[in-house]
Amino acid sequence: MTLANYLVLSGILFSIGAVTVLVRRNAIVVFMGIELMLNATNLAFVTFARQSGDLSGQVIAFFVMVVAAAEVVVGLAIIVAIFRTRRSVSVDDANLLKY
Amino acid sequence: MNVAAVLAQAPVASANVGAGETVLFWVLAPVLVIASLGLLFVRKAVHAALLLAMVMIGLAVIYAAQEAPFLFAAQIVVYTGAVMMLFLFVLMLVGVDAADSLTETIRNQRKISFVAGVGILVLLVGLVLQLSRNGQGFPAAAGLEAANGGPGGNPAGVARIIFGDFVLAFELTGALLITAALGAIMMTHRERLVPRTTQRMLAERRVREGTHVPPLPPPGVFARHNAVDTPALLPDGTASELSVSRVLRARGQDVPASERGGDVAVIEADLTGRTSRRVTGTQAPEDVAVDGTLAPVEQTAGEDER
Repeated sequence: MTLANYLVLSGILFSIGAVTVLVRRNAIVVFMGIELMLNATNLAFVTFARQSGDLSGQVIAFFVMVVAAAEVVVGLAIIVAIFRTRRSVSVDDANLLKY
Repeated sequence: MNVAAVLAQAPVASANVGAGETVLFWVLAPVLVIASLGLLFVRKAVHAALLLAMVMIGLAVIYAAQEAPFLFAAQIVVYTGAVMMLFLFVLMLVGVDAADSLTETIRNQRKISFVAGVGILVLLVGLVLQLSRNGQGFPAAAGLEAANGGPGGNPAGVARIIFGDFVLAFELTGALLITAALGAIMMTHRERLVPRTTQRMLAERRVREGTHVPPLPPPGVFARHNAVDTPALLPDGTASELSVSRVLRARGQDVPASERGGDVAVIEADLTGRTSRRVTGTQAPEDVAVDGTLAPVEQTAGEDER
């Protein structure tokens, strides 16, 4: 086994997260798909850090975590705000801009 | 010559990933993939959140194996601790049973999405495999023994880079977090447009309207059930919808009317049988044991009726 295994695992997790974002209609689950993609990229960063013997990869992964935390806070606040006005968390119901 | 070079390189590459780590990987990787596939296929958002928490904990273990103890701790604290907590909190806030609609607004969206996902997978995995095939296997890892070997170990090494090369990015991250927190407060804040209705106002309105001055009837006074999902029985034998919590009815968790009808018939049969026995005075004690659920409440009700 080489570090390529970790990269392949990261790729698999990333594609599953991407399909989750595209397929699921519940806005919260869509968000979880985004989180899964961010985690997969973090795994790739950590693996690259080990591959190149440089801790910068781990630092970037740490920054990804921080930005993901900020993104989750704002995103979930938007979901709660939409739920209050439309009584729904389905991404299909947030279509006011369409008409 | 070339073969010799490969042979010389191969032990180095495999020495990087020890036997223990290989076992750990092959145990964790299927778990992670299956859990994340569950995220795609489970119906309930709560289950998806728990599966995602599992994926995150698994990734934290992988970080620990990959010589990143600081990220191991950060992953547990930030992701499974804070982010998933927030997810579950919002899930409970918007209603656990917010079901996924299965209608496709864009035709064939699901098929196209799966094809796109497979495309991304092939692209990423192909890239990695290409990288490993180009040379003689995947290039040997440099390892982090030197980087983690400094004073303070891995956390100190990460800190040296964060507060060295990335200090501006780090400061901006602080600004980003503050902005995000303020934004969340702004977006979830609701301006009160009408004055708050007090308990006194509610009571006065109830008397003014005159439809329901006394409190609503309590549920579960059927003789055979005393659960809150069972509506109360009105004097004419019909069920009182008012006695069941609005939330239970909205979720469809109250006892449906069809089952209620059967209960009424059974109770009536019980009542008639019991009164006839009481008239003849041959009420066997074992009957009471069998109908243990028929509490004294039901008996007094029967006596009142007759």
